[in-house]
Amino acid sequence: MRHVYIIGTGATAVGEHWDRSAASLAIEALNSALGTIPASRLGALYVASALSGTLHAQSQVGALIATAAGIPGVEAITVEAGGASGGVALRQACMAVASGAVDLAAVVGVEKVTDVLDARREAALALATDADWEAIHGVTLTALWALLMRRYMHEYGYTADDFAPFPINAHANAVANPRAMYRFAITADKVRSAPMVSEPLGLLDCSTAADGAAAVIIASEGLARELCANPVRIAGSAVATDTLALHSRSNPLWLAAAAQTTAAALRSAHLTHSDVQVFDVTDPHGIAAALALESSGFAERGAAVALAREGAITPKGRLPLATGGGCKARGDTVGANGVYQIVELVAQLRGQAGAAQVDGARVALAQCMGGIGATVATHILTLD
Amino acid sequence: MDLAKHWRLRHARYRLEGQRNRLTGEVRFPPAPPRPGEAEDIWEPYVLSGRGRVYSFSVVRQPPEGFEDQPPYLVALVRLDEGPMVTAQLTDCDLDQAAIDMPVEMVTRRLRDLGPTGLIVYGYKFRPIV
Repeated sequence: MRHVYIIGTGATAVGEHWDRSAASLAIEALNSALGTIPASRLGALYVASALSGTLHAQSQVGALIATAAGIPGVEAITVEAGGASGGVALRQACMAVASGAVDLAAVVGVEKVTDVLDARREAALALATDADWEAIHGVTLTALWALLMRRYMHEYGYTADDFAPFPINAHANAVANPRAMYRFAITADKVRSAPMVSEPLGLLDCSTAADGAAAVIIASEGLARELCANPVRIAGSAVATDTLALHSRSNPLWLAAAAQTTAAALRSAHLTHSDVQVFDVTDPHGIAAALALESSGFAERGAAVALAREGAITPKGRLPLATGGGCKARGDTVGANGVYQIVELVAQLRGQAGAAQVDGARVALAQCMGGIGATVATHILTLD
Repeated sequence: MDLAKHWRLRHARYRLEGQRNRLTGEVRFPPAPPRPGEAEDIWEPYVLSGRGRVYSFSVVRQPPEGFEDQPPYLVALVRLDEGPMVTAQLTDCDLDQAAIDMPVEMVTRRLRDLGPTGLIVYGYKFRPIV
């Protein structure tokens, strides 16, 4: 298998883009990622979108974006795996380039969620749960995370306040990200006094679904050297699944697909846990980040919340997390999140992350999750 | 709408009918087709007792479409006495009454109304055992 490189990234601001279509957001991100490379050189286009089929009654978004990019004819597909869509699309591009089938590919994550009202959006997000055995009971993704948070508090003796460092860190980091939706800091008092969304989850420990698109250009080693002065290598790439319904797992507090993909991605990168210097995971709530860190092997079971409290997840800590603001403060672009993660981590490795820069970062881990980890994609990015 | 889909699930939804493995005695819920390599009839229908304990619970205040008339409502993971865990609403239960490990039993209730041209979907919820 050939080595695979990221040679360009681009993204739109995350927010409420009332005047923009999904295609218009996607093209802005793609153009920015391509830079001076003509779109006609792309051998394949992988479009990640979790909700377009439901919210816009539009399938074949791959063909839609290819048309908008002026390259109808290109091999293009849409990848849907809930919140893991972006990472799963990236995995397809990695395999295509590593195999030699394609030399240059684009991954575009796009989500347009503000065209519908809240209840329809909640129902669309709940499609990532099991329709027959979870969603029919009125359970939302937020409620499922809340169930896990309460159980975690019960088993390990934490209070809801103990999770506040996650959104506080996310907001603090988003200040430096010009594309983030919420570029302001929040305090523990604010988190504590926020209204409840799904007990014990309060409003300031819940991400906001928002519009946005992000793109990365993936190239073989030869093309990367030709087209880019500072390529970033995708040294590890893995996707795995877990049971679709949370209740089918022997231990609901263990995200088996996060464990499996992290181990596989590190193995193929010939790296160990202690080599990773900066992280981005699916973190719509503190509990999601905590379970991702624990299941992936970066914290003992029950210890991630204590580590966050001690400051480990800040850019100066041992496990810097959500340096671009994460799902909470960047804004939750669902199927596009996995591509935003790559855009932000490439900036980290290139030393372009501003106030949220992790000093000397050379190895980054991106992990995105569909539902409660029913699909997980994990990638390791390195500087050669 | 979705008539066949809800009709197909009626035994599981109305009386918590799962499956028991004829060889090992393992009980599972919800029912599922035999896995590749398993004998076609290895899993037989098995009605669960409907009793269990709350593994965890939460309250839905921002409902999905179709549940707008219900909030705030309690949802829970219930560990059934036979072993399987299910996701369901808690009913006949005050918001501040729910607790982890609380014993509960299954009751059949309206899950949601699919509108003037659709079904009223019934199924299991759980209530505290008093």
